[in-house]
Amino acid sequence: MDIRQGQVTAIMGPSGTGKTTLLKLIGGQLKPDAGTVHVAGENVHQLSAKALYDLRRRTMGMLFQSGALLTDLSVFDNVAFPLREHTSLPESAIRDLVLLKLEVVGLRGARDLMPAELSGGMSRRVALARAIALDPEMILYDEPFTGQDPISKGVLVKLIHNMNHALGMTSVVVSHDVDETASISDYIYVISGGKVVEHGTPKNINHSASDWVRQFMGGLADGPVPFHYSSQPMIEDLMTSSNEGAK
Amino acid sequence: MLNWLQNIGHKTFSRFSRVGRGTLFLWQCLLSLSYVFTKPMLLVRQLHSVGVQTLLIILVAGLFVGMVLALQAYIVLVDFGAEESISLMVSLSILRELGPVFTGLLFAGRAGSALTAEIGLMKSTEQLSGMEMMAVNPMKYIIAPRFLAGVISVPLLTAIFMAVAILGGYFVAIEMLGIYEGVFWSQMQTKVDFYEDLMNGMIKSLVFGFVVVWIAVFEGYDCVPTSEGLGQATTRTVVHGSLAVLGLDFLLTALMFNV
Repeated sequence: MDIRQGQVTAIMGPSGTGKTTLLKLIGGQLKPDAGTVHVAGENVHQLSAKALYDLRRRTMGMLFQSGALLTDLSVFDNVAFPLREHTSLPESAIRDLVLLKLEVVGLRGARDLMPAELSGGMSRRVALARAIALDPEMILYDEPFTGQDPISKGVLVKLIHNMNHALGMTSVVVSHDVDETASISDYIYVISGGKVVEHGTPKNINHSASDWVRQFMGGLADGPVPFHYSSQPMIEDLMTSSNEGAK
Repeated sequence: MLNWLQNIGHKTFSRFSRVGRGTLFLWQCLLSLSYVFTKPMLLVRQLHSVGVQTLLIILVAGLFVGMVLALQAYIVLVDFGAEESISLMVSLSILRELGPVFTGLLFAGRAGSALTAEIGLMKSTEQLSGMEMMAVNPMKYIIAPRFLAGVISVPLLTAIFMAVAILGGYFVAIEMLGIYEGVFWSQMQTKVDFYEDLMNGMIKSLVFGFVVVWIAVFEGYDCVPTSEGLGQATTRTVVHGSLAVLGLDFLLTALMFNV
């Protein structure tokens, strides 16, 4: 799998297929059983703890599915957190930077709110502002659209697209929201059961020869992926006594 | 039979690997402590939530323990005409045993469980992972200040517990039982040894604080990030923390008083 600089690369696949695990491998939070991950020319899993933190600080931002905002800090302090930890900028400069980042996601007015007071879409936007606070070269998005209302989804799609084009960031979007993700990505990897089953531009993927990929992209109930979880035939199941069934 | 054996093996293995993880965790935590001195506000905030917020329960418990102890001492001693030694019995049992042990137990229940729940919830809401991805080590930013705050708080809370308990005993002895005030204090002054009694009690409290906070932060950090896992971790903090306090108390008493 190859993620190109400056592009939006999408990793799609059904739930539980290892998409988030893949992001955590890229971020160095999990160790692979086999294989290697290289980010900016460095093998993530052979770095010392200090070098890994250094690599994360320089090159990576991550948007978590839950937002992962620090609940005891306000919106402003959350965005300021990485700046205060990693730079020795004076407070006035930090204030300006934080307000600029919040302006990008349209939440400059919400700076004094606490995370508990934000809607799901807003907290994800704050988390996005925080992820770009240190101007990373690459942002990892973990399911950015899941559980969002249509308006928030639209806002996030626009933000990811703009950020990629205006700031030249590399984006990795892990998602199973086919339409939203396909609309902004330059290249798509479809994975299933821990393997890449198809990759290409959104156009190519939509016209894939694989039945499985077509079922996934089209959201069809019928196809190679069965509706039923594997079980014994229905007639046998109904004919067994209730005691055996309970076993 | 084979399943049973396999089960035992599996459980033993997981226990030992937990002990190993716990020890490594403590080591990393101790290495991270220096970071706290660069951000003293983190420590101050934790001292407030771990120490100051436990103060009320310590004050109330200390007062009642001292009062009850004075009453019980009186009932026994009055038969021998030795009721004037009431202050001795109260102060020695408080300084040597009840002060550190009660504070350790109350701390495990009040602050230890809160620490586990807080850190566990941070884990399940991905705040710890989020911090790692922002290149901030949660060990330094979250764990170390809480650990240090706990280790500092427990001896201080113990000292407060001891003082309040003795005042409770004083109140019962003087106001209710009519013991002469001068005797009460002078008995204590002649028989209670600063090193033998007070310092040994404080050393105990330092050990209890260290162990209880270690268990609490480790359980939070190591918990399974689900509601069930978090509940179990909080329970384990209180159970293991309390048992550790009682077990260590026996060990330390045997060592300190050369029995």
